[in-house]
Amino acid sequence: MNALVSPTALQGTLRPILSARSVSRFYGERIGCAEVSFDLWPGEVLGIVGESGSGKSTLLRCLSGIDRPDAGEVLFEATPGADFLEIFDLPEQDRRHLMRTAWGIVHQNPRDGLRMDVSAGGNVGERLMDRGDRHYGRIREAATEWLTRVEIEAARIDDRPRQFSGGMQQRLQIARVLVSNPRLVFMDEPTGGLDVSVQARLLDLLRVLVRDLGLAAIIVTHDLAVARLLTDRLMVMKDGRVVEAGLTDQVLDDPQHAYTQLLTSAVLAV
Amino acid sequence: MSDQPEMIRVEAVSKSFTLHNQGSVRLPVFRDVNFSVRAGEVLVLAGASGAGKSSLLRILYGNYLPSSGRIEIRHDGSMVDIASALPRTILEVRRRTLGFVSQFLRVIPRVSALDIVRDPLLARGVDPAEATERAGAMLARLNLPERLWALAPATFSGGEQQRVNIARSFVDPSPVMLIDEPTASLDARNRDVVVDLIAEARSRGSAIVGIFHDESVRERVATRWLDITHFRAAADAA
Ligand SMILES: Nc1ncnc2c1ncn2[C@@H]1O[C@H](COP(=O)(O)OP(=O)(O)OP(=O)(O)O)[C@@H](O)[C@H]1O
Ligand SMILES: Nc1ncnc2c1ncn2[C@@H]1O[C@H](COP(=O)(O)OP(=O)(O)OP(=O)(O)O)[C@@H](O)[C@H]1O
Ligand SMILES: [Mg+2]
Ligand SMILES: [Mg+2]
Repeated sequence: MNALVSPTALQGTLRPILSARSVSRFYGERIGCAEVSFDLWPGEVLGIVGESGSGKSTLLRCLSGIDRPDAGEVLFEATPGADFLEIFDLPEQDRRHLMRTAWGIVHQNPRDGLRMDVSAGGNVGERLMDRGDRHYGRIREAATEWLTRVEIEAARIDDRPRQFSGGMQQRLQIARVLVSNPRLVFMDEPTGGLDVSVQARLLDLLRVLVRDLGLAAIIVTHDLAVARLLTDRLMVMKDGRVVEAGLTDQVLDDPQHAYTQLLTSAVLAV
Repeated sequence: MSDQPEMIRVEAVSKSFTLHNQGSVRLPVFRDVNFSVRAGEVLVLAGASGAGKSSLLRILYGNYLPSSGRIEIRHDGSMVDIASALPRTILEVRRRTLGFVSQFLRVIPRVSALDIVRDPLLARGVDPAEATERAGAMLARLNLPERLWALAPATFSGGEQQRVNIARSFVDPSPVMLIDEPTASLDARNRDVVVDLIAEARSRGSAIVGIFHDESVRERVATRWLDITHFRAAADAA
């Protein structure tokens, strides 16, 4: 229950950074996600949990601009105090630019988030160039700094990601996402597919980075211990719908919905 | 004492659990609990095992949801209802006003004992050097050997972990403190330190609600008692 509380948590902020309003997406007759609404505030970390097939990735793809919802709106405040943008009203090109600069997406499989044929330094530096940075020395310096921050030796800056272990690839992906200083980060099972000891290191890294940078983040996970460690708030999904939402420790320790009770009782001591 | 401000106001709080996956059995715990606690008071919760002492404390922290009622905590000079507040509001109240001392430390991978104790100071904006000094002083006071400070407590003994937990909670006592059996795994010497820490927090104006296994500790810290068995009868009768 005594998870470390983020110091930057949300003081004095008057408006959400992201607002989902009745977001729904269907695959033919099948529900991907239905009628999902919530506000995310600056500095807040929201977890989405639920069993396989409950619609977590579908929802995240809608929220992060990858897939267009069939109904509903996703509103985003691109810079502090700016007007809300309905991200799917933007021209495709503007939306892609927003996705690369104002927010970051960490994919479960690092291959989906990295350029495997480009050096580690290039993977990180590319994001700065997207933002308009052209000074080679500065870009390389920033890339080196970020590699160190995610605990990759600077000496490996010219290696390609395929020469890295799975855990290193995932850390590289995180550096690539965070170097451009996003306001909001989306992560789909960021520790999935990694060994337990590698997971622990990555989790600790994420915890510290999210906290130090005061990032807002939405993290999909099926691991309730990960949710407890990293998130402030939880949404529990079943069959594409949110069945319960609230403060993370409250949802895990005193779950109200039958499905959440099943989910928490299936796990020992989270 | 009555000139001190009310820090906690509990109004008509009831709690029952519904176990949906065990035939939807409903477990009433207590009903219609009312009390308030002023700055500088230590309210000790009494009652048999299972009476609902820990559940009540967790409700005050926002960790359990009450089935009905209001839990008002004075935060920045006004009362916030924890039962209906948004998550971000509860987290902000916890950060600056509301502390919980649990029986066990929740270990975070790779974070040292000293950093665990420093953390609440940093979160409240204390200068890092000063935070380190105060955290060290508190660990020393609780007799935690200095060679352990830089280590993550995962491998510590139960009593050592618990002292880290207590140090974290008392290094900068919150205006409202909720304490659930903090001394269970401590020896007499460290128990005495905890009693002193509670007395000091109280004299600094903290409002405290606590559960204490140990009768001598209870007697030494309490300024008022609340036996919650009292409210249980009402729940059973309902
Ligand atoms: N491209 C697609 N075409 C058709 N159906 C899909 C597609 N993507 C997802 N679905 C279906 O939508 C539902 C939600 O899938 P989604 O991938 O969002 O689940 P999830 O919660 O992320 O699951 P997991 O934990 O296994 O990753 C599932 O029934 C799935 O089969
Ligand atoms: N999360 C929960 N879900 C379901 N039932 C719970 C939960 N937490 C507590 N209970 C039940 O509520 C009742 C009160 O428990 P609680 O832990 O509050 O008692 P207590 O007075 O603190 O007891 P003790 O002195 O043994 O610590 C018990 O029957 C317990 O099983
Ligand atoms: Mg998925
Ligand atoms: Mg108890």
